[in-house]
Amino acid sequence: MEKNNIDSAAKKGNIYLQLLSSFTRIGAFTFGGGWAMISLIEREVVETRKWIGREDFLDLLAVAQSLPGILAVNISVAVGDRLRGWRGSVAAAAGTILPCFLIILAIAMFLTPELIQNNRVVASIFRGIRPAVVALIIAPVITTAKSSKIGWKNVWIPIVVALLIWSHWPYVSNPILYIILGGIGGYLWLRRSERHLSLNEIDKEERKEENL
Amino acid sequence: MIYLRLIWSYLKIGLFGFGGGYAMLSLIEREIVGPGWITEKMFTDIVAISQMTPGPIGINSATYIGYAAPMQAGFTHPLWGLLGSVICTLVVVLPSFLLVAYTSHFITRHKESVAVRGVFMGLRPVVIGLIASAALLLMNGENFGYENSEIVISIIIAVAALATVLFTKLHPIIVILLSGIAGLIIYY
Repeated sequence: MEKNNIDSAAKKGNIYLQLLSSFTRIGAFTFGGGWAMISLIEREVVETRKWIGREDFLDLLAVAQSLPGILAVNISVAVGDRLRGWRGSVAAAAGTILPCFLIILAIAMFLTPELIQNNRVVASIFRGIRPAVVALIIAPVITTAKSSKIGWKNVWIPIVVALLIWSHWPYVSNPILYIILGGIGGYLWLRRSERHLSLNEIDKEERKEENL
Repeated sequence: MIYLRLIWSYLKIGLFGFGGGYAMLSLIEREIVGPGWITEKMFTDIVAISQMTPGPIGINSATYIGYAAPMQAGFTHPLWGLLGSVICTLVVVLPSFLLVAYTSHFITRHKESVAVRGVFMGLRPVVIGLIASAALLLMNGENFGYENSEIVISIIIAVAALATVLFTKLHPIIVILLSGIAGLIIYY
């Protein structure tokens, strides 16, 4: 009991500063964004600081994943919001954003497009890097396809989407179109199949009753 | 004027960027490379830099492009770049604040509903298509070279990088560093 009091007294500090510093540390040391950050945020928020319970955190994570935007920002905003409303959100998100903002700003100032183009050393390095970057984007296509249970029935969707966006044709090459269509299509499909399912179940029930 | 257009573009990116950083790339490419604010090459370079620096790719690209786009448009003073960086970074995260504040209760309450489950089920294959389209968009002469010898070297680097990422536990940063060293040795 006494220990709890000490804990909560220590916690009192300034929660906004704590949010800011926690998320700044996470923002500064996670490479690769998104999922790499989530586990660190979970450890800090749930285990170290004990701000929210694990169940709660998983709920927030579900929300963060569902919403558009940058996953790491969404989860920081959600955690901050849960703790202290919009002020908490601002503190947490500022922490996540600031380190990479400052680092990229410094890079943008010194590693200008002109330098990349005209400096022979830098230009050669980037000529080697560019094809590797393409490969690094192909890799998640394969791993996500596996984890999202893409099979023969729905593999046409990513293929058609990718080719149409790539085509640069007017209107149909807009990624936003497919996000909207995918959402609406998924809803209609699930609604239809669940209705079939429930109809089947009613059928079975009726048959059972007849048998009885 | 350029700032207004940047705001409009990054608002769209923040609002429709589903499925994480890679899935946002084709959207960013369309909004930023499309109007000619930065070249294809610069876009790939930003992705590479994002991989090597901490933080989400969405923030990294907003900050870098916010700085570089005004420069390309003739506003060469660093303060114009700084302003662009701040604006783009703020705009790309703005939808997150509004959506978390106003929709999180709805999603938590209805996460088992047909509507919410259906929408995300439908988005999953689309997101894979979005990532794949980003890869396709980047497979061009700007990134792989226009001469046969360079194209061959580029393909070898890409295949080696892909195999390394898929079959070993080597971190992508190491893969980028190694390909950079390869580039230095081959082209310098």
